[in-house]
Amino acid sequence: MRQIELKQVSKHFGDIEVIKPIDLQINDGEFVVFVGPSGCGKSTLLRLIAGLEDVTSGQIFINGKDTTQLAPSDRELAMVFQSYALYPHMTVRKNIDFPLRMAGLDKNERARRVQEAAKALNLTDYLERRPGQLSGGQRQRVAIGRAIVREPTAFLFDEPLSNLDAALRVVMRLEISELHQRLGSTMIYVTHDQVEAMTLADKIVVLQAGVIEQVGSPLDLYHNPKNTFVAGFIGSPKMNLLSGSEAEKLGAHTIGIRPEHFTIEKDSGLWEGKVGVTERLGSDTFVHLHCPQLEQAITVRADSTLSVEYGEKLYITPDTDQLHKFDANGLRSHGQT
Amino acid sequence: MSTKHSRSLARIMIAPAVFALLVWMLIPLSMTVYFSFKKYLPLRGGDLGWVGFENYSRFLSSSSFWPAVGTTIFIVGSVLVITVILGILIALLLDQPIWGQGIVRIMIIAPFFIMPTVSGLIWKNMFMDPTNGFLAHLWRAVGAEPIQWLSHASVASLVTIISWQWLPFATLILLTAIQSLDSEQIEAAEMDGAKPIGRFFFIILPHLARAITVVILIQTIFLLSIFAEIFVTTAGAFGTKTLTYLIFQRVLESQNVGLGSAGGVYAIILANIVAIFLMRIVGKNLDN
Ligand SMILES: Nc1ncnc2c1ncn2[C@@H]1O[C@H](COP(=O)(O)OP(=O)(O)OP(=O)(O)O)[C@@H](O)[C@H]1O
Ligand SMILES: [Mg+2]
Repeated sequence: MRQIELKQVSKHFGDIEVIKPIDLQINDGEFVVFVGPSGCGKSTLLRLIAGLEDVTSGQIFINGKDTTQLAPSDRELAMVFQSYALYPHMTVRKNIDFPLRMAGLDKNERARRVQEAAKALNLTDYLERRPGQLSGGQRQRVAIGRAIVREPTAFLFDEPLSNLDAALRVVMRLEISELHQRLGSTMIYVTHDQVEAMTLADKIVVLQAGVIEQVGSPLDLYHNPKNTFVAGFIGSPKMNLLSGSEAEKLGAHTIGIRPEHFTIEKDSGLWEGKVGVTERLGSDTFVHLHCPQLEQAITVRADSTLSVEYGEKLYITPDTDQLHKFDANGLRSHGQT
Repeated sequence: MSTKHSRSLARIMIAPAVFALLVWMLIPLSMTVYFSFKKYLPLRGGDLGWVGFENYSRFLSSSSFWPAVGTTIFIVGSVLVITVILGILIALLLDQPIWGQGIVRIMIIAPFFIMPTVSGLIWKNMFMDPTNGFLAHLWRAVGAEPIQWLSHASVASLVTIISWQWLPFATLILLTAIQSLDSEQIEAAEMDGAKPIGRFFFIILPHLARAITVVILIQTIFLLSIFAEIFVTTAGAFGTKTLTYLIFQRVLESQNVGLGSAGGVYAIILANIVAIFLMRIVGKNLDN
């Protein structure tokens, strides 16, 4: 079932076309992540769906109903903001209760649902506190609590984890993922962090400059990027994108090779390079190589047992059956074999 | 103000200002108290010696005292209510992106720049004059009998004039407060299903609580000593005599400095009672 559908939706701010006409379908229960570089229009697209911005043209359907002209309060969506946007003068209990109160629910029902949400989010001990007396992670949970109590059609998240430190971000990422499994409701999640996108999403929407570059499952995007932008954006560290004579030799304008698709040898190989920086992560080691034949440095993944020194010589050979080939327009010219 | 050292340094640094303020306040205050215990009639014999608390009892027992206190409280209270309510409404309006916003804002602020005497005269002669005033013309235009504003509705007229003068102040403070509200909070409330009225009462008004207290506090301090508006319009007639005006009459019209000073001391006590009440409310509101 198509639950949220955008038809030719576009958005101008003055003369600037921030979102070029976009078609997008989001299915019931799907976890969709909008990802893209800063300023590409992810937040704007989310806010268009929420109704916080008016579309310049196009239509938005929610549950088959045209909601393009509806106020945010009538769309039955819930949103978690980057700054959490908790109400500072209300206690945690009142914050979570607010959507229920606005919906005019019965008092006992409201108390029950608040209690339930607080329990699910480990907030029971903090219900009488003000947002100002909570830590970042707790505030985040209150914001999520406020979103889930109303049992909305879909949840919208705008970079909800970007204010948290790295460790907490991983924890909250898991919690959100678990929440999605438990509630089974549609979630739309905006981030510029492709790791978050890869780990959370059922479906990733890659945006660039207001245009959808590709829509697909995380692995689909990883293995079959439609163009050089997606190829370079998805995956960490980035895919190596090479053009020039070496690429011509392999039969493409641009070729993309992921860091893990190289064979590394000390004495012979296709390309010879000098070792630059090595990043040791414990499980893997990433080596930056400077090859005289190629225009840019190459990142390769090596076994953590590899011992190399700065300036040492190393030979690498790409796995020919793992090459991504792109034409002069940056479009995929030939599927991965 | 983190360490002991910086605190004591801060105390030393503000000491000269505190001292200057004390001198500035204490000299007039002690002179008032000094005169209030004397029979002092500048044009009728001058200093006629100590009289103890006679001035105090005379001021209290005068038939104009309690009405003056009542008028003062009524005027201050009404002006506060009107300026705060209208101030919030106008500030909400000015916060909207409207055409000619800059000019409208300046025009709204304009009354604050007009001297109280001048604004009193403008209202008296141009608006409230029963034969030639704008309001009289308006009344006649709809076939009604013009109202003798300053004699038949004197207190209401004064409240109007003073509110008009203080409205810009309230509006400005409340406008900056509204503008400091995080727009994501309003958006969150929208997503949570709050309609405009709900957003106003649950989000905007609580956010404004602090600014409203500040407006009330500052305005009360100034409104308790309102004078020029009364002087140029009704000159204290038709039940518009406030405590300040009564003191002025005792000192200058009756040439009784001792009696006036006693009134001044009562005014100080009244102002302090009001101040204590207000400080408690403000303290509560500013704490969180
Ligand atoms: N109210 C506005 N008026 C004018 N331009 C705007 C407005 N809001 C956003 N923009 C522009 O629209 C573009 C997209 O903004 P948007 O906030 O959607 O980016 P984003 O993808 O969310 O970026 P980030 O990852 O930094 O949050 C930006 O170039 C921004 O300058
Ligand atoms: Mg954004």
